[in-house]
Amino acid sequence: MDQVRPVIRVRDIVNRFGTQLVHDGVSFDVHAGEIFGIVGGSGSGKSVLLKTMLGLHRPNSGSVEVEGRDIIAMSERELREVKRRYGVTFQHGALFTSLSVAENVILPIAEAVDVSEQTLGELVELRLRMVGLPLDAASKFPAQLSGGMVKRAALARALALDPPLLFLDEPTAGLDPIAATAFDDLVIYLRDTLELTVVMVTHDLDTLARTCDRVGVLVDRKLVVDTLEGIVRSEHPWIREYFHGARGRSVEDAAEGRDGT
Amino acid sequence: MGLQADFDPVASRLRLAGDLRMTGAAQLEPVLREAERTGSPELLLDLRSVGETDIGPAWLIRCTLERLAARGVAVRTEGAAAEHSAYLDRLAGEQRGTLASPARSTPQRWLIDLGRAIEARVLSWVEALSFGGQLIMTASTAWASLRRWRVPSVVRHVYETGVQAIPVVAVIAFLISVISAYIGAQQLRPFGAEIFTVDLVAIGVLRELGVLLTAIMVAGRTGSAYAAELGVMKLNDEVDALESMGINPYEVLVLPRVLALVIALPLLTVIADAMGLAGGALLTKYLIDLPWQQFVMRLDSAIGETTFWAGLVKAPVFGLLIALTGTLRGLQVRESSRELGRLTTVAVVQSIFLVIFADAIFAIFFLEIDF
Repeated sequence: MDQVRPVIRVRDIVNRFGTQLVHDGVSFDVHAGEIFGIVGGSGSGKSVLLKTMLGLHRPNSGSVEVEGRDIIAMSERELREVKRRYGVTFQHGALFTSLSVAENVILPIAEAVDVSEQTLGELVELRLRMVGLPLDAASKFPAQLSGGMVKRAALARALALDPPLLFLDEPTAGLDPIAATAFDDLVIYLRDTLELTVVMVTHDLDTLARTCDRVGVLVDRKLVVDTLEGIVRSEHPWIREYFHGARGRSVEDAAEGRDGT
Repeated sequence: MGLQADFDPVASRLRLAGDLRMTGAAQLEPVLREAERTGSPELLLDLRSVGETDIGPAWLIRCTLERLAARGVAVRTEGAAAEHSAYLDRLAGEQRGTLASPARSTPQRWLIDLGRAIEARVLSWVEALSFGGQLIMTASTAWASLRRWRVPSVVRHVYETGVQAIPVVAVIAFLISVISAYIGAQQLRPFGAEIFTVDLVAIGVLRELGVLLTAIMVAGRTGSAYAAELGVMKLNDEVDALESMGINPYEVLVLPRVLALVIALPLLTVIADAMGLAGGALLTKYLIDLPWQQFVMRLDSAIGETTFWAGLVKAPVFGLLIALTGTLRGLQVRESSRELGRLTTVAVVQSIFLVIFADAIFAIFFLEIDF
């Protein structure tokens, strides 16, 4: 088996807030070109883990290596360099409400490279086409968009600089099943064509089953990582409850279906 | 490997080498523009030593080639076809409408903007009217029951807008009376009329300065807070949430705030008046050697029965104006954080304007009725 260096290597992350221990030795790897899902109960520290990986939160101890470089030990300047390498979408889109969709997409581009209006326009068109937004959405403001369009616009902004790494926080939360499925397809498609590495935090079991190659479950302050099939078979009571509860059926079917083929 | 891009206008040859990254877009762009202006009927695109290619640069090259093709320039590619080309072809093939080009400023456009501005202004007035109407309706129906006056909420707002503002209002009033006493004493001395400094300070502070400065201070402090608070609630759908519970937002959000300021501002004015007189007394003591007792006697003869009330009676009106402006602008916030900032500013500016405007009307009115 070839030992390819993982894109993200998380080792022994400990996060503590006051007396509350959120993560106690979280370790996992994310490999190039995979879609890695993170699930966990409310308050289990998914968002903190994501922020730790993004370098937005400094853990009490442990290391996070992105493309072989430890971002925890890094200076602000180096970290900024690394941040150019990834795109992020936040749970509620986090589009800048005072900017139009086009301006939202342009913002990271104009910060990074000095190009003309015309080129920026062409790049906006490209990003909107990539995420499947109609081009007349460019001049709209976030408040004028539907939930699904906000998520797509946020993805367009995250993709603005062609990052090799994509972090998605609850990408399908609040979308109707059709829009959610379309979003899943989009993420898979982008991964396949652009060879992106995707890390997503999600509660959506369908998204998990459809898109993720491997899944990490945050339980007991640690991350249990396996393929979806492996996770579904886990004996851990919380994981059983999560995947075999009333809402878990379709995942089981999906996992078994994938198992069979 | 870094990007190397050059265009040879003689051979009409565009050579790209190295990795085509988004970070290299600034380097790529001028070369593409140069190639686009080629006079030659054909262009040679040399991609033989191109490494990895990002989608963005690939798209920019594609756009350039398309424009060249539209001009009838034949493009010949050397080396492997550009990466992602199948994907980009598919993207470009999808019908997604057109990107609106930024609006040019033509007379027509100008007229449209003017119309929009007028419409917005008129709508804003209509909204203000309906706001006033709603508030009056709410107040008149809430009149019957004390519970609906939301006493705890009013008390909290009186505390926040009144009690917490005491230090700053007191200091301001003190300083302004120091300033007017100082100028007064200096100007009146040549006439040997320094004693009238007391009159100047007392009448100035009690009739105008005390209440006016307090109102301006409160407009900056509370008017902005009201607008921002309600604006954020509006953005968070909290106002809609109240309405969905069958709770009248005017009753729980607007009325207590308005009522609180109508109560708090007169109280603050009394404190400002007292501090102002104290400042005057202190200054006259040092500037014109007037003992305290003399100051008080002079004060007694300088001010009429109505002087204090002429100032105080304006306070609730100013409070009303500030609170109404702040809450109205807050509730007008829609959609974006920029709106929030804009309307908070508008709230402060308009409430200060309204306060001064109302003060002018009062001045004329009091003169006419000889108050």
